[in-house]
Formats: sequence, C-alpha cells, structure tokens
Amino acid sequence: MEPIIQIREMTKIYGEDEAAVSALAGVDVTVERGEFVAIMGPSGSGKSTLMNILGCLDRPTSGAYILDGRDVSQLSKNELAEVRNQKLGFIFQSFNLLPRLSALANVMLPMLYNPVEDISDEESEARAIASLESVGLGTRLHHRPNQLSGGQQQRVAIARALVNRPPLILADEPTGNLDSKSSVEIMDILHKLHAGGATIVMVTHEHDIAAHAQRTICVRDGKIMNDGHCAETR
Amino acid sequence: MKPQKILRSAWEGLMLNKVRSFLTTLGVIIGVASVIIMLAVSAGTEAAIANQINALGANLIIVSPARGIPGAARTMLIDDAYAIADQVVGIAGFSAEQTPPPLTVKANGTSLDSIAVIGTTADFPTVRDYAVASGRYFDASEDERKAKVIVLGAGIAADLFGTDDPLGQTVTVGSTKLTVVGVMEAKGMVADVDYDGRVYLPINLVFQKFMTTMPVGGDRVRTIYVKAESQEKIPSIITQINSILADRHDVDPAKPDFTVQTQQDIIATQEATTAAFRDLLAWVAGVSLVVGGIGIMNIMLVSVTERTREIGLRQALGARPADVLMQFLLEAIILSLAGGLVGVAVGIGGSYLFGALGSMQTQIVPESIPLAFGAAAIVGIFFGYYPATQAAKLDPIVALRHE
Ligand SMILES: Nc1ncnc2c1ncn2[C@@H]1O[C@H](COP(=O)(O)OP(=O)(O)O)[C@@H](O)[C@H]1O
Ligand SMILES: [Mg+2]
Repeated sequence: MEPIIQIREMTKIYGEDEAAVSALAGVDVTVERGEFVAIMGPSGSGKSTLMNILGCLDRPTSGAYILDGRDVSQLSKNELAEVRNQKLGFIFQSFNLLPRLSALANVMLPMLYNPVEDISDEESEARAIASLESVGLGTRLHHRPNQLSGGQQQRVAIARALVNRPPLILADEPTGNLDSKSSVEIMDILHKLHAGGATIVMVTHEHDIAAHAQRTICVRDGKIMNDGHCAETR
Repeated sequence: MKPQKILRSAWEGLMLNKVRSFLTTLGVIIGVASVIIMLAVSAGTEAAIANQINALGANLIIVSPARGIPGAARTMLIDDAYAIADQVVGIAGFSAEQTPPPLTVKANGTSLDSIAVIGTTADFPTVRDYAVASGRYFDASEDERKAKVIVLGAGIAADLFGTDDPLGQTVTVGSTKLTVVGVMEAKGMVADVDYDGRVYLPINLVFQKFMTTMPVGGDRVRTIYVKAESQEKIPSIITQINSILADRHDVDPAKPDFTVQTQQDIIATQEATTAAFRDLLAWVAGVSLVVGGIGIMNIMLVSVTERTREIGLRQALGARPADVLMQFLLEAIILSLAGGLVGVAVGIGGSYLFGALGSMQTQIVPESIPLAFGAAAIVGIFFGYYPATQAAKLDPIVALRHE
C-alpha cells in the first residue's frame, strides 16, 4: 500500500524579499500507514510550519504533499477544509474545546461539517458517545470542559479527533499542558490507537514522550536530519 | 453543511449569551415598534380629522372668506348666500352662519356665562345633518322677520331647565328675551366644537341684536354651507358659486377673496400637514432601526473577536469559509428578526395602549407590520454581513493561536 504521507522537496518561505524567512528548506518525509512518528527539533526549526502543512491548515511555497494518495499541496480553501474534515484528526496542546459546549457536543462538532455524509442527529450523537467511551469518558458526556481535568479534556479532544474516523491523527505537543500522570494516560490512549491500526504524527520536545513513537524525525533549520537521532531539542 | 444545522449552531451561539443577545436586539425592537406606533398615531389622527370633517354633514360645499387677503372677511355677506340659493342649480339647501362674541344666557333663575350663540338660516339642521330632538327649528319666514325664537343645544337645555320641558319657555340672551321653539339632539364634541353647549338663533336676528358694532356695508357671514343634491353635482356647483361670487365681489376669478372647498379638500389639506409630520416620524423610526443595526454589527464584531479561537477550531475541524460566514450572518439575522418580532408585538400593543390611555386616536396600518419587519431583516443582513466576512476571512492558523 502507498504511504499515507509523502512530502517531496517541500519549501515554505514566509514574507518576501529581504524579509523572507525560509521555514522549510527542502523537506522529504514519508510516513507509512499504521506508523507512529514523533517530530522533534529545537525551537524555530520549522516543526509547527511542517505540522500546519501536514494538517492542511497552510500551503507550502513549493513541493508536493501527497496525503492518502492525493496531492493536497495547492488545494483551495474549501478543498482543504474538506480534507481536514475527512482525512485528519487534530489533537492540540491546549485542547481547544469550546468552553460552553458539553463534552458530547464538542465531539459532535466534526460531524457538523462533514461534507460527504449527511449524518442524522441520532447517528451523530451515537458516534460521539462511542468515541467518548473509547477514551474512557462514557460517564462524562454532559460535563463542560471546565468541569473536567486537563487529562480528561485532552481525552475529549482525542475523541473528537477520532469521531470522523480519519486515516491520520496529528498531535501537536499533546502532553505539553499536562502533568506527568495525565501525560501517561494520554500516551496510553495514543498507544492503544496505534495498536488498533491508527497512523499518528506527533510533535513533542520531550524525549520520553518521543520514545513512545516507533520513529523520530528530527527537524533543524527547516531541514530533516538523519532519522532516529535527535541529540538536542528545544 | 446543512442549512438547518447552520441555523442550529447560530442559535446555540446566541443562546450562549442570552442577556447580551437580548440587549443587542433592543435597538431593533425600539426601531420596529416605533415605526408601527408612529404610523398608527398619524393614521389615527388622519382618521379623526376625516371623521370630524365628515360630521359637518354629507355632500357639503363650504364657502368662506379667503385667508390672508385683507378685508376678505368684510365682503362675504348674507346676500351672497341668498344669491347662491337663488341662482345655483343642484343644491338641496344652504346654511349661512355667523357667530357674535359669546353672551350670557339666562332662564328659570339660572345664568350661564360666555355661551356661543350661532346665527343660522332655516335649513341648518338638514344641511349640517344635525336633527332637532324636540320642538322644531325656526323657519325661513321667522328668520326673515327676525322672530324672537331660540333653539337650544342639548347641554344648554339640560343646564337651564333640567328635566323640565323647555319648549315655550323664555330665555334671555344678552338682554333679549327669546322663546324656546326647539332643542337639538345631543351631538357632543366634534372637531373641538361643543355643539351641545351652544344656542341657535335666526341669523337676521343675530345681525340686528348682536352684531351692531360691526361697520355698515351689509350683514357679514362667517361661513356658507351649501348642500349638494348629490355627490356628482358638487363640481358644477363649485363652478357656479365661484362665478357668482367673483361677479358679486367684483374680483378676478383667479384671485378670489373667498374659498370654495369640499370636505375632501379640507381633509386633503389636513392630510398634507399630517403626512409631512408622519414622514418625519417615519424617518426618525427608520434611523433608530439603523442605529439598532449598528448595535448588532458592533456586538457581532466583538463576538467575532472573542470567538476567534472557536472560529479557528471550527475551520480545523472542516468548516469552510462559507460555513463560518453563514453562521455569523445567521446569528445577526436571527437577532434582528427576533428583535423585529418582539418589536411588532410591542408596536401593536403600544399603539393600542396609546389609543386607550392618551388623548390620541391610533389606527394600526397593516402595511407597517411587514414593512417594519422586512426593514429589520434587511438591517440584520446588511449589518451582519461585514462581521461575518471578517469571521470567514480568518486564517485558521492565526485564529487557533489567538489568545
Ligand atoms: N507566520 C510566520 N511569519 C514569518 N515567519 C514565521 C512565521 N511562522 C514561523 N515563522 C518562522 O519560521 C521559522 C520556523 O518556525 P516554526 O515552524 O514556528 O518553528 P518551531 O515550531 O519548530 O518552533 C522560524 O524562524 C519562525 O520565526
Ligand atoms: Mg512551534
């Protein structure tokens, strides 16, 4: 089977002329289906830029990005929105739950924007409940985010990332805002997902978190260093 | 994204901040309600004026001295009325009227000060659609020979004689003793005139007894009411009166010192003044709607800023720019339509209340409801569009990072 992610000679330049900053300077990355990959690198090396492009939130200046068999590097805003909804599940460092909505309503959000399937309310609720149960929050459906611990909030976010059954999960420092006990919980869940066949790409600057991944990609000065060897980060 | 789902998330967005949503709609509520109330007040005023003028009698032509022409009041004479009665074809009757300064009226040991005395010709009751309740009105020969008779307004009769029969009794007006021959039916206040608080005398008697300080040159009348045989004859009668009076007064028919008007003319003149007033009020109401719209825009802009992260997240989860635009536009439209709906209710209720409590008559103009409601909807779309485009334009990366 073809890889889920193929990135070829990708560059990203912010600004123009003298003010131009080269955030990615010719990057090649391949991620196979079912892989669990960590991206590490010092601050300013281009991790976020890479994640934004992987997440179809931004477009590269040049180069190809084949996601699940389709070149998505130059799609329109509407097409990118559809790709995000269908192909990607996001887990953010700061959870990004809507504070006034219940856990259940937060998890139902991606189905609201599903352009392919018209999911009925009942179906949408059933899927959201199943997703929350899979992260161990079946008893917290109607809690607001502020009634949940950080670890629980991040689990809601994971349930939301899974609910549209995307082929790729992107996690940007998923344990960055959590204590060590909650971090372990979250990593356990990601492990389980991986074991169940999910493909996960995760940015982190913590070695022990990166150690959970099968493979580590090191970014420095907008370039990928030799895989598997990230001496210094941050 | 399905329309009803966008609608629902817009609704949920508003319900998250109910107090603010309500306050935001206040401007629209006030605007819509005031459009409806303003129009109801001016329609009510117009109707009241039309009622009063129609109450003068049916198919009337009103001849009076021209306003703003010096000396015009001196040239309208009782003989003009007789000439009209003799020469004009198609009239059912006429009533010339003159009013001396108010006088004291005494009878039966009771004295009433400052009573309006109206001198009329004999056809007054039929011309003015104002019937005699008991007894009779004086006739043309009594008028001609200045018979000392009087017809009482219903209120005066009650004040002077209580429940006794006034017919045949003597009443002293000024220093002249008169015999009561009739009592008019109760008519009440019409156009600020208390018909029941007046007494009616032969006009020639009034000239002789109560208008003696007037300079010579003929007996002057204030108004000549001419009743047409039918509505269709009114235009021809007006033409005839114009030519007869121009001739008698020896004036240029293009610049007469008299006016000949129908009730419709008077109503139209009055309406022209109230219409200008109404248009002004409608503009004021319209401006308050726009102010309401600006309030909505202001709150929506605040809301877009506050919810930048939410917008970024929705975009990350697959919301297209059009989805975000629709969500915020619908929030604005719901706000203004809800405001419009409440405003219509407040406007209708307010119009009734004004009519019931105040001295003003109100009459709800049915068209004002869709008008005001439609204006509210347009305000919502117009003022909601800009904040919604600001939301839709947000870059998801920037929005997600927003603090
Ligand atoms: N929006 C932007 N505009 C201009 N320069 C940017 C922007 N985003 C990132 N950069 C620059 O690109 C480089 C890579 O940044 P980033 O991808 O955020 O690195 P990391 O996430 O690894 O810290 C940095 O030099 C940063 O200053
Ligand atoms: Mg970063």
